[in-house]
Amino acid sequence: MTATPSAPPARTGAVVALEHLSKRFGPPGTPLAVDDLTLTIAAGEICVLVGPSGCGKTTTMKMINRLIEPTSGRVTIDGEDVMALPAVELRRRIGYVIQQVGLFPHMTVADNVAVVPRLLRWPDARVRERSRELLELVGLDPATYAGRYPAALSGGERQRVGVARALAADPPVMLMDEPFGAVDPILRDRLQNEFLRLQAKVRKTIVFVTHDVDEAIKMADRIAILRRGGVLAQYDTPDAILSAPASEFVEHFVGADRGLKRLSLGRVSDLPLIAPVLARVGEARLLVRQRLDAAAGDYVLLTDMADRPIGWLGRRDLAGDGALTDADATPGSAPLQPESTLRDALSAMLASAVQLGVVVDEHDAVLGLISVDAISEVLQSSGGSNP
Amino acid sequence: MIPGRPFFQPQWIVDNLDEIGRRLGEHVVMTVIAVAVGFCISFGLALLIRGRPRLYGPVIGITGTIYSIPSLALFALLIPVTGISLLTAEIALVSYTLLILVRNIVTALEGVSPDVIQAADGMGYTARQRLWRVELPIALPVIVAGLRIATVTTIGLVAVTTLIGMGGLGYLIINSGIQRFFATSIYAGVILSVALAVAADLGLLAVQRRLTPWARAREGQPS
Repeated sequence: MTATPSAPPARTGAVVALEHLSKRFGPPGTPLAVDDLTLTIAAGEICVLVGPSGCGKTTTMKMINRLIEPTSGRVTIDGEDVMALPAVELRRRIGYVIQQVGLFPHMTVADNVAVVPRLLRWPDARVRERSRELLELVGLDPATYAGRYPAALSGGERQRVGVARALAADPPVMLMDEPFGAVDPILRDRLQNEFLRLQAKVRKTIVFVTHDVDEAIKMADRIAILRRGGVLAQYDTPDAILSAPASEFVEHFVGADRGLKRLSLGRVSDLPLIAPVLARVGEARLLVRQRLDAAAGDYVLLTDMADRPIGWLGRRDLAGDGALTDADATPGSAPLQPESTLRDALSAMLASAVQLGVVVDEHDAVLGLISVDAISEVLQSSGGSNP
Repeated sequence: MIPGRPFFQPQWIVDNLDEIGRRLGEHVVMTVIAVAVGFCISFGLALLIRGRPRLYGPVIGITGTIYSIPSLALFALLIPVTGISLLTAEIALVSYTLLILVRNIVTALEGVSPDVIQAADGMGYTARQRLWRVELPIALPVIVAGLRIATVTTIGLVAVTTLIGMGGLGYLIINSGIQRFFATSIYAGVILSVALAVAADLGLLAVQRRLTPWARAREGQPS
């Protein structure tokens, strides 16, 4: 994502409270989809609703913007009952991102982002300005992307446009229904990291639905675990849920590998970075060899001209004369970002020949390295700090 | 065909350009009226079906039955009511467009992805805004495809209405052609009728392409 010094003046989150919320789809007597749910989501927090299919997590979320009307109970946003407004006006005040993104194929990227501002009848100039601003915020260059149609975008780009569209009218609350469900794992990790970085800037109150416990642990300030029939099993911080599951159901749902999952609470940014021995494409092998000797290391990290990692060079790769090329390096694990979880970092590193993780910044430039040893220390300290 | 006369007489064409032009214009006007009225009725029916899906079966059944009535029989049914008139011809022509158009519009609206509908609802579109700003624009290519079929079919059918004194190019084919064994007139009528159908088809396709640049975004732009 590009740095945005001109980030919009964010309207930060509002408190969302669900009070004795119930939903029954069939006639009286049929089972409830959501059963007497009461929970309060603090302003600016990410609350992840997670549970097996049929647990009513999506139903619960849709009762907040009234895509589904509750059978009983109520929802308030900053104390105001959501029933007090006409449904369409309410929805224009709540950001909404769905799994398949649901971009409008007949509108350009800029027009997609402008949907809610236009529904709210903002003046044209302001709509255009806002659209530009948001594309920058999600890391899409407006000059390149504004005029494109969704069919010409990659999955990740569509996802970013979907987030920009949801943020367009600066809503205090955002609902996200498995927003990263349809992308591959590596891209998902990246989009999650981007989103967390974005959320650190905008501080919205976010209700996030997923069926993936790992995603819940990574994204959530608080997790609400629901069980079939829409019963709340536990509502707490990820750390508390992992260390003290409230019931056998929670323990089972979170999984037997809770120790490993605790790694999802730690971030790469919690570890000390090791400075790598670096070489750039085009450098003379002799010089690089001398540098490696001076550092008494085994591997050199080869980067391109923009400091983006290409791969690893061992001593054997450095033999001889001449300049280094891309082809000399052995590709390492997928680059990590400071927001990546230690769990993702560990699995990436284990899959690579050189068991070092390369940490990159938002422009993919190398920041430093982390080692498997550092992660195992975190495991042993049985904590896993919670950022 | 009368022996001894040339098979095709260009001079006749030149001499009768006015008449041919008038018949061509008549053909176009009758087609446009039929398709336009047929589209309006079908659009209304399609919206009705959208609100009450149970009506789909009966509507398609009735329009399908009408579609299967031979045009001559339909004229015979109508003439006692509306006489030998443009109205009779247009009622028949409009009736024949309904099946194609209703089915296409309904299919087109059903083809809009549920994700898009859900997103539109979640953004806060009213039902009417969603229909006009989201569903119909996305359904447009399929709707236009239906219009093209209906238009081409109607252009063919207009010729038959010459039997009740209308007919456009059909007049050239039947009245001055077949009835007088005059091949040149038949050819003029047939060729122009086919050319008109092709032109209308391509014209509608061009309009659709212009209105839906997004439908070709995948080919047109690098991702």
